[in-house]
Amino acid sequence: MAPARGVSVLAAAGLCKSFGGVPAVRGVSFAVAGGEMLALIGPNGAGKSTCFNMLSGQLRPDAGRVRLDARDITGLAPRRIWRLGVGRTFQITATFASMTVRENVQMALLSHHGDVFRFWCAARHRHVAAADALLAPLGLGPHADIAAGVLAYGDLKRLELAMALANAPRLLLMDEPTAGMAPAERTALMRLTRTLAAERGIAVLFTEHDMDIVFSVADRILVLHQGELIAEGDGSAIRADPRVREVYLGTGATSGGH
Amino acid sequence: MTFLLLQLLTGIAGASALFLVSAGLTVIFGVTRVVNFSHGSLYMLGAYVAWSTLTHLPATPLGFAIGVLATALVLAALGAGLEMALLRRIYRAPELLQLLATFGVVLIVQDATQAIWGAEDLSLPRPAWMRAFVAIGSERFPAYDLLLIAAGPAVLGALWLLLHRTRFGTLVRAATQDREMVAALGVDQRVLFTAVFALGAGLAGLGGVLALPDGSANLQLDLSVITDAFVIVVVGGLGSLTGAYLASLLIGVMQSLGILFVPKLTLVMVFAVMAVVLVVRPQGLLGRAAATVREAAAPPLVRPAPRALRWLAAAALAALIVAPLLVGPFTVSVLTEAMIAVLFACSLHFMMGPGGMPSFGHAAWFGLGAYGAALAATALAWPLPFALLLAPLVAGIIAASFGWFVVRLSGVYLAMLTLAFAQIVWAVAEQWSGITGGDDGILGVWPQGVLARPHIFYWLTLAVGTAGALLLRRALYAPFGYALRGARDSTLRAESIGLPTARLRLVAFAIAGAAAGLAGGLSAYSKGSVFPTYVSIGHSVDALLMVLLGGVQTMSGPIVGAFAYTGLYDTLLLATAQWRLVLGAAIVALVLVFPQGIAGATLPAWRRRAA
Repeated sequence: MAPARGVSVLAAAGLCKSFGGVPAVRGVSFAVAGGEMLALIGPNGAGKSTCFNMLSGQLRPDAGRVRLDARDITGLAPRRIWRLGVGRTFQITATFASMTVRENVQMALLSHHGDVFRFWCAARHRHVAAADALLAPLGLGPHADIAAGVLAYGDLKRLELAMALANAPRLLLMDEPTAGMAPAERTALMRLTRTLAAERGIAVLFTEHDMDIVFSVADRILVLHQGELIAEGDGSAIRADPRVREVYLGTGATSGGH
Repeated sequence: MTFLLLQLLTGIAGASALFLVSAGLTVIFGVTRVVNFSHGSLYMLGAYVAWSTLTHLPATPLGFAIGVLATALVLAALGAGLEMALLRRIYRAPELLQLLATFGVVLIVQDATQAIWGAEDLSLPRPAWMRAFVAIGSERFPAYDLLLIAAGPAVLGALWLLLHRTRFGTLVRAATQDREMVAALGVDQRVLFTAVFALGAGLAGLGGVLALPDGSANLQLDLSVITDAFVIVVVGGLGSLTGAYLASLLIGVMQSLGILFVPKLTLVMVFAVMAVVLVVRPQGLLGRAAATVREAAAPPLVRPAPRALRWLAAAALAALIVAPLLVGPFTVSVLTEAMIAVLFACSLHFMMGPGGMPSFGHAAWFGLGAYGAALAATALAWPLPFALLLAPLVAGIIAASFGWFVVRLSGVYLAMLTLAFAQIVWAVAEQWSGITGGDDGILGVWPQGVLARPHIFYWLTLAVGTAGALLLRRALYAPFGYALRGARDSTLRAESIGLPTARLRLVAFAIAGAAAGLAGGLSAYSKGSVFPTYVSIGHSVDALLMVLLGGVQTMSGPIVGAFAYTGLYDTLLLATAQWRLVLGAAIVALVLVFPQGIAGATLPAWRRRAA
C-alpha cells in the first residue's frame, strides 16, 4: 500500500453502520493527508455515501471513531464538523434557491465569520470580494448575479464547491462531484480541485463513478465492496489487484477500464 | 368507582364521534395530501341534514338507521361535489393555499347553513328508545352511548375491511404510500380522489348524525370539531386510521376524566398530550414519515426593492402622515386598523415567508399582546408606553418557549400545532373569566392625555407600525434573514455550512410573536377593549389572507395585502350581511386565480421595468 503523503488530516478507524440490521459499512479504516486526493470507489450500494455521511455528521456510526487533526469528531453535528474545517458537497446538490450564486457563497462566508445573528447590516454588501474570489477560479464569475435556483446542474456542482471552500477547510468531502456534468467539464473540475487542494494543503476525499477521472486525478484509491474495504493503493496497484478485478471490474476484464 | 367507570365509558363514547370525523380527515389527507379545513363543516352539515331527515322519519330505531344512512350518503355526495368543483383544481397548489381555500369553504358553508336552517340551535326530540338506560352497578348509563361506544370499533373494522379486502382499498393504500407511482401505473387518479373524498365526507356526516342525539346542530360545530380532529390526526399520525382511533380514545377519555379533576384545564391537557407525542414521535403515534414529498417549486429570488417602488412607498407614507388632516374620523379609524394590520401581517410573513413556518394560529400572539397590554392598563393602571412595551414582551417570551416544539416540525404539522396552541389561548381567554372577563372581555383600555385624540393615536400607530414593519424588513435583508431563508431553502446545506437552523427558526418565531403582540397591544388601545375573538381562528386567517393576498414570496406583499384586505373587509361589512359568504367566495377565487398574491403577480412586471 502506498503511504499517505504528509500528516494525516482525517483518520477513520473501524467505522460500522447498519440499517435495520443490514450492515452497510463494516469496519472501514483509512486516513487522508493534507494536499492528497483520495478516491473512494465501489459498485452501487457498496456503502460510499454511508461512509461520507458518517464523516460529515449526517449519520452517527454504530462503532468506530473519526478523527480530524487528532481531534475526535465522531457523532458531532454537521455544523460543528463544518466549523472544525470540513467542507462538503452532496451527490444531489443542495444550494439556496432564493439567493444568487454570489449570495450563496456570501452566506457560507457570513457563517464562517460568525455574522449570522446580525439583524441590521445589509447581508448582500458583506464579503463581496471574498465571495467573488471564490467564484472566479471555478468559472462562476459571470453567473454571480443569477439565482441559484435556475442554474444548470454542472454550475450548481461548482457552486457547492465554492461554498465548501468558503471556510478555508482542512478537508473536502465530495460525494459524486461530477455527476450530471459534461465529460470535458468533469475532468476540468477535478483537475481544478486537485490544484486547489495542492495549493492550500486541503485533504480531499471524493467518490466517483467515472474511472477515467479516478485514475487520472486520485493520488490514492480506496475500494469499497459490500461495506468493506477490499483494496487501497495508487492507480496501478488498484488496476492490478485481483480482488478489485473480480468484484469491481469483472473477472474477465483485461484492462483497467481505459 | 362505578362513577369513574361511567365517566370512562362516556369518554369512550365521545371518542367514537371524534374518531368518525378524524377518520375521514385522515383518509382524505393520506391520499390527496390536502388538509381539509372544511371537514368540520361537513360534520356540521351532517348534523343539520340529520336533523331535517330524522324529524321527518318515524322515531323508531329503524327510522333512525335510515336517517343515519341517508345523511351519510347525502354528505358523501356533497363531498364528491366539493372535490370536483374545488379541490381537484388545487392539488398542485402549496399546502397553505389548500388550507386557505378549504377555509373559504368553511365561511361559505356557515352562511349557507344559517340561511337554510336559521341561527337557532336545533336539537333532536329524543324518542323513548333513545332515552333508555342500562344499569351499571348502582348507576345508570345511557343505552345510546353504548351504541356510540360500539360504533367506533365497528366503523374502524369496516374501514379496515374496505381498505384491505377490496380493489378500491388496495388503490387507496397504494396512493397513500406513493401517489405518483399509482398514477404511473395507469390508475385514474381523478376517480380515486373523488371517491376518497366522498368516503371521508360520508364519515364526517356519520359523525355529525351520531353525535346529534347527545347534542344539537349549531353553527359553532364546524370549528370546534375541526380543532379536535386536527389534534387527533396529528397525535395519531397523518393518514393512519388505527392511530386516529387510539388518539380519539386518548383525547376522549382525557376530556371526560379531566372535567372531573381540572375542569378548566381540559384543553390545556389535550394540548400537553399533543406536545408530548409530537416531541417523542414527530410523525404521530402510528404515523410513518411520508415516503414521497411533492417537489416544491423553487422559491423566487429575493432582491432589494426597485427604486420606483421605494419612491412609491415614500409617497404612500407621506400621504398616510398627512391623511388625518384631510379625511374624516371614520377613515382615520380605518387607517389605524390598517396600520395595525400591516404590523400583524408583516410579523406573520416574517416567519412564514423567509422562515418557511406556516402558522394557522398567529392570532395567539396578537391576542396575548392585546390581553397583556389591556391587563397592564386596567388591573395594574400602567401608563400606555409601559403597557405597550409589555405586549411584545409577553407574546415574545411565550412564543419563544412554545417555539421549542414548533421549530421541530414543518409544513402541515407545524400549521396544525400553531392552530391548536391558538385554540388553547382562546379557550383560556374564554374560560378564565376572573382575569380575562371571558366573553365580556376587558373594557376601558383607553389611552390617556393627548393620545386619547384619535388622530394623535393614529400617528402613534403609524409610527410604531411603520417602524416595526421596517425593522422586520431590515432583519430579513440582514445576515439573520439570509440565514433564515437559507434554512428554509435547504436545511441540509444550511447545517453543512454551520448554520444552526433550529435556533434560527426559534429566534424568528419569537420575533414574529413579539411583533404580533405589539400589534395586539396597539389594537387594545385603539378599540378600547379586548375580546376572545382577537385569538379566534378567524383572526388567524385574517393574517394569513393578508400575507397570501399580498404574496408570501415577496418582501412588500404583507404591506400591500394588509391594506387591500382591510379595505375589502370594511367595504364588505358595510355592504352586506352575508359577508362570510362573500369573503369565502373571494378566498376561493383568490386561490384559484391568484396563487402568487397581488404583489407576487405584479412583481415580474416591476422587474421587467427595472431591468
